[in-house]
Amino acid sequence: MELTLADLRRIMRGCAGADESADLDGDIAQVPFADLGYDSLAVLETTSRIEKEYGVRIPDEVAADLDRPAALLEYVNGNLTGV
Amino acid sequence: MNGAPVFTGVGVVAPTGVGTGAHWSAVLAGEGALAPVDRFDVSGYPVGVAGLVRGFDAGACLPGRLVVQTDHWTHMGLAAADLALDDAGADPAELSEFDLGVTTASSSGGTEFGQHEMERLWAQGPGHVTVYQSIAWFYAATTGQISIRHGMRGRCGVLAAEQAGGLDALAAARGDLRDGARLIVTGGTDASLCPYGLVAQITSGLLSPCADADRAYLPFDVRAGGYCPGEGGAMFVLEDPESARARGARAYGRLTGHGATFDPQPDPWPGPPAPSYAPSGEGLWRAVEIALDDAGLAPADIDVVFADASGVPAADRAECRVIRTVFGPRGVPVTAPKTMTGRLYAGGAPLDVASALLAIRDQVIPPTINVTEPADAGIDLVGAVPREARIRHALVLARGHGGFNSAAVLSA
Repeated sequence: MELTLADLRRIMRGCAGADESADLDGDIAQVPFADLGYDSLAVLETTSRIEKEYGVRIPDEVAADLDRPAALLEYVNGNLTGV
Repeated sequence: MNGAPVFTGVGVVAPTGVGTGAHWSAVLAGEGALAPVDRFDVSGYPVGVAGLVRGFDAGACLPGRLVVQTDHWTHMGLAAADLALDDAGADPAELSEFDLGVTTASSSGGTEFGQHEMERLWAQGPGHVTVYQSIAWFYAATTGQISIRHGMRGRCGVLAAEQAGGLDALAAARGDLRDGARLIVTGGTDASLCPYGLVAQITSGLLSPCADADRAYLPFDVRAGGYCPGEGGAMFVLEDPESARARGARAYGRLTGHGATFDPQPDPWPGPPAPSYAPSGEGLWRAVEIALDDAGLAPADIDVVFADASGVPAADRAECRVIRTVFGPRGVPVTAPKTMTGRLYAGGAPLDVASALLAIRDQVIPPTINVTEPADAGIDLVGAVPREARIRHALVLARGHGGFNSAAVLSA
């Protein structure tokens, strides 16, 4: 089980919404969440969903440093407890 | 600021219509918008009809990421603010961000959003409550979201005084303009037609249980027996008059007077609808006196009164007593277009202000519907047909549950 960029897009759209001002379809791995139009609350909402879906705990202080999709994917996939 | 602030934009999201034009057309046609609550199964709730906003699609007028993070009440507030700014021809991006502010009124905050999150809390656990609950529920959420959306970073705030708050928000906006702001978005909306919201309102004992839309809300009528709730309201662009003139803005009218008082309550407070509840109206009278004095006007200068129109008989009698005392028997035309929408709480007085400004623009007093057996012959209550009249100054009254009394004077 792995969190992919496609999974992350799905989760972000599902819990924080999406609109024309943020294009999640491109190569967004290295684009900061802020530049994608997702503020700190949107990121917290996203990590909350990931915690429930993937069983990986993401403390708030860690979430604060995961400023782009690539960082979030790396953290989650590095902490999966192969269930 | 030199002179009274001017209203340069009006935006309405109300049971009578989405958009100022739709609302005013419906009002002049006397089209009642009270209807059975169809958002959920209300059988078993002691409520009858309510003023529901129809044809409002938040997803169509607001960004998707904004819609998910805030309540229906804020969606309507944001949409009304957008309409007002567009109507005013004002683009906040073209003005200095600290010269702009937002002050709205709210009475119940993000009730429906909060209800859903409480359902998740109890059914699934705290980990399933959205982080957006932290910003969606509180009274200032609409102010905050309007401020963020339009980059209006001057003084911002919210007034919570139930139905009276809408007038107090305008007065606060006027204060901000006096302190140097150039343009303020102000007004109010409210929305509590969900299970949690209705249950909270039912505890007041003031909601009419009548299911007949033509008989449920009859303020000033011998058959008065409570009121119907409604949702929505109105937002305005209120500007420094010189600033408005400099950019060629059209003015609907001016905010020339405001007064607010609070009735001390005995302890224990019988409150409405207890039979012993018999407000004197003195607080409302004082608010009117303060507002007229603030405007530098005499009662004879007022051409129409938009009544608070409680629908609770004792409160109706108190309001009639105030109007007769200030203006003399049948001394001024009185109207309550809220008979078409119900009482909109924080959106109610702003919607009356919108109607008053349009009355000034079109020189016509909007009708009061369904009140076919007026209880007080000393009140010149406009009937179900609009009345053409010369209108230079309008007085708007608003009372909030618990003892709030506010009055505002609008002038051409």
